[in-house]
Amino acid sequence: MQAIPAFDEMFGSGEGYDSRSPAGVTHAYRAIRQWLADSPPELMAARRAQAELFFRRIGITFAVYGDAQATERLIPFDIVPRIITRTEWTRLEKGLTQRVRALNLFLADIYGAQEILKAGILPAELVLMNPAYCLHMVGRTPPGGVWVHIAGIDLVRTGSDDFYVLEDNARTPSGVSYMLENREVMLKLVPELFDQVKVAPVETYPEKLLETLASVSPRKQRGSNPTCVLLTPGQFNSAFYEHSFLADKLGIELVEGSDLFVRDDIVFMRTTEGPQRVDVIYRRLDDDFIDPLVFNPTSMLGVPGLMAAYAAGNVTLANAVGTGIADDKAIYSYMPEIVRFYTGEEPILANVPTWRCREPEALMYVLDHLPELVVKEVDGSGGYGMLVGPHASKTTIAAFAAKLKANPEKFIAQPTLALSTCPTATDGGVAARHVDLRPFVLTGADGVRIVPGGLTRVAMTAGSLVVNSSQGGGTKDTWIIDG
Amino acid sequence: MLSRTAGNLYWIGRYLERADFTARLIEATQRLAALPSSYGGASNAWESALAAACQTDGFAATGLALDEHEVTEYLTLNAANSSSIRSCLEAARNNARAVRTAMTEEGWEAINTAWLEVSRYGTHLSSRETLAQLIEYVKHAIAAFDGANYRTMLRSDAFWFTNLGAAIERADNSARLLDVKYHLLLPRDEPVGGSLDYFQWTTILRTVSAMTAYRWVYNDSVKPWLVADLLICNRQIPRSLASCYDEILRHLDLLASHSGRRGPAHRLASTGHARLTGGNIDAIFASGLHEFLTQFIADNNRLGEAVAEQYLF
Repeated sequence: MQAIPAFDEMFGSGEGYDSRSPAGVTHAYRAIRQWLADSPPELMAARRAQAELFFRRIGITFAVYGDAQATERLIPFDIVPRIITRTEWTRLEKGLTQRVRALNLFLADIYGAQEILKAGILPAELVLMNPAYCLHMVGRTPPGGVWVHIAGIDLVRTGSDDFYVLEDNARTPSGVSYMLENREVMLKLVPELFDQVKVAPVETYPEKLLETLASVSPRKQRGSNPTCVLLTPGQFNSAFYEHSFLADKLGIELVEGSDLFVRDDIVFMRTTEGPQRVDVIYRRLDDDFIDPLVFNPTSMLGVPGLMAAYAAGNVTLANAVGTGIADDKAIYSYMPEIVRFYTGEEPILANVPTWRCREPEALMYVLDHLPELVVKEVDGSGGYGMLVGPHASKTTIAAFAAKLKANPEKFIAQPTLALSTCPTATDGGVAARHVDLRPFVLTGADGVRIVPGGLTRVAMTAGSLVVNSSQGGGTKDTWIIDG
Repeated sequence: MLSRTAGNLYWIGRYLERADFTARLIEATQRLAALPSSYGGASNAWESALAAACQTDGFAATGLALDEHEVTEYLTLNAANSSSIRSCLEAARNNARAVRTAMTEEGWEAINTAWLEVSRYGTHLSSRETLAQLIEYVKHAIAAFDGANYRTMLRSDAFWFTNLGAAIERADNSARLLDVKYHLLLPRDEPVGGSLDYFQWTTILRTVSAMTAYRWVYNDSVKPWLVADLLICNRQIPRSLASCYDEILRHLDLLASHSGRRGPAHRLASTGHARLTGGNIDAIFASGLHEFLTQFIADNNRLGEAVAEQYLF
């Protein structure tokens, strides 16, 4: 794979990893650089083995371990933390808050007054004809007026001050359990490093999530807390361990569709002490499966009547139904306009420049520049079905061009961003690997909550820009540090 | 607690108890089958083992030969047999995985390890040595699970449901064992208590690991009515019916004290308990041991159904 010159978060641009001199090391990484220099290769190898052991144990605990295929599915963990300074983070936090506020206002608007369409900011058919636009939600307001309670915003960095939003995840974003586990493992692995570097804690995430869920309860009880549950598709779902981990940390029941039933538009769960009313459902089940009476009629995972109870305002679903339209990649390209329209402010976080292949001129440009672009399906995820031009062969590009010409409206294209690199422990010693960052943004009726941190994904293969875990990506602990 | 969680825990208890019983049954039957026929080494020892495990029909349907290898493979590793040791451990592990948050880390690890180890044996028994290893392993693994639960679980509904399932299953197994041996194995013209069936009865005692206990309790040679007394009425032997019902009643009471609600399961368990602790073995023999056991097994099943109904599994 050809290497793309990229901004390195430890050395800034310029200096390489061969350099042993501390000169040129960014302020943020000074302690890490020292720590790496003080750790002979054997010690690093021992730490990596120990980390793997911790994860195996956690893997056992979270039950992925045991199935023949699942044993291999331990996501690689890198023991070198990724550092972000408090100053950088403060800006990101503002940008994230602004962006998620805009996403929520956008959803309320397109399912409500549709001002943005009337103002001609984005083409009406792009919203109204979009498969992700959910007709059942038209004219509805979810309890507390919140649509995207939990958002995972994927950020990439290309320079010391340049962060871009690569993708908004507004449906059922996952990965937060890695953010929490990675920190636990690091605390066990290198306690001495935490003495030198003051790292903002992430362990309050479950608490903040619970507050967020409680704030949107449709029933305001006095003296007692609302009943929240986590709805999982079940133990065969690939993220089941995260569901069970979160339910455990939140202290709420982990339910499957069959544990819930609806009577008189009220949702109950079946308990040994009889039916218990449910107020808020943190669902990790896609829209399509939540209610066989309304959506996919063959779904065995959902709860018949749930949408009726939701429409009656007796239960809150987090995230709301129909949020998929907000993370549609075709809509994404309009995010700067969307942010300006609803907040009246300039977007703090930039979008990656995007060509919408549905537009003939854009399509022509994209076809002419395929070898230098990244082309994605508008409704794809997980790094599947995308073309990374600089890494693709001529035949692959030709085949992709044919696909693109056949269905241009299904694709967007972006320049190949040189994602920043971070020092990463590899079999051949510490080396630069490309990373991205997914912070989690919580929105309740009472405001936005963000824990300082997120999930750093790292492409473990040298030169690779694909960080998705399904494609061999790993994770790092993300440290927001003072100074 | 979610009813599904309670149901899963209850069935974890039952499956593991069944696996443990099957392991012990095979061990004791091997010993019996190895005896010369003049000592009661019945040629139908494996037939009776199948009957005691309630698998006569299932085995017959496979068309396999009724010999030690086929029967033991069927009872231990056969994946199509839903009550084989392998299937019991797999079901228990799947249940445990689904209710992972209701278990402790150690309890989960015990059950997960047991399944991983046993699945490593595949579905075919290669030799008697393998069988012996497997039996030993299963007994240890289930003891390890019980121990982990005993040491790490909160004394609350999750613990009680698991133990309740185990106690109901254990009562069923003991009653079946006694009934089958009593009925099937005694030659018709042989008076009960004749010298020939000594080994039959000691096989029962071995299956419930009560050989030594028998000596301590009765200080007597092995006599059928005393074995029956031990297995039915003796409250010191953990696998006796009376003991199982002590436990069933205790766990149901704890559940009731937790939720403040009693129901049909409590009434059935109390009735069953009273019958076992109030009766004596002479009266049971007088009215027919087989009739008593048949009735007991039916009542015990009804109790199982009542528990499921009452707690909405």
